[in-house]
Amino acid sequence: MTEIKLIYFALVRERIGLAEERLDVPASVKTVAELAAWLQLRGEEYAYAFENPAIVRAAIDRKHVKPDALIAGAQEIAFFPPMTGG
Amino acid sequence: MEPRIVFRVQAEPFDITKEIDALAGLGDDVGAVTSFTGYCRSEGGRLLALELEHYPGMAEEEIGRVVQEAVTRWPLTGLTVIHRFGMMRPGDGIVLVATASSHRLAAFEAAEFLMDYLKTRAPFWKKEHRADGSSGEWVEAKELDDQAASRWQTSI
Repeated sequence: MTEIKLIYFALVRERIGLAEERLDVPASVKTVAELAAWLQLRGEEYAYAFENPAIVRAAIDRKHVKPDALIAGAQEIAFFPPMTGG
Repeated sequence: MEPRIVFRVQAEPFDITKEIDALAGLGDDVGAVTSFTGYCRSEGGRLLALELEHYPGMAEEEIGRVVQEAVTRWPLTGLTVIHRFGMMRPGDGIVLVATASSHRLAAFEAAEFLMDYLKTRAPFWKKEHRADGSSGEWVEAKELDDQAASRWQTSI
């Protein structure tokens, strides 16, 4: 188990109902996509937030990553919808 | 000479004239300054405001990466990017990109590149606040923005 800081933004934050949390993630969870799938099992808020994986993006330690990125060594993982700034 | 790079993420409004004058005053070799300002609009009176959420830390770092790419690709004398967060009313400036160069082509292209990349990579999200008081939606990302960014073909 590794403790990771998870941060949520915008629609993902609203659906989960939390801006951030620290969770013990099992060692069997290796990628960002696996982490999202594992989070979905935590409750219906999470299932709702991740219901359409195509519109959830992620960043590891404040850098954009793809779903197959490995989470080993990550301090901070963020989930959010596609950006709409500018 | 190294280009003068300024980028900020802030809640406060920005002064476009001041920012452009700062770039124009960078020296005798500045022959062109271009700027783009993105404003909050009301969509025909439907919206009261747009609320900009951002990822503190990553927003600055990501803009920094995009800015570095721009000064690597174009011969710029200076470059300014300011992105605001918080509550914006119709008419408020949300984002400012300004570039200075000896010639207009580099200034125009770099500014366009910066905006295309900020739209798709900088971690900001807009939420609508509606004039009729109903709960506003999060603005959805446009595929058009992804297409605009993909034409520059960079590795970032």
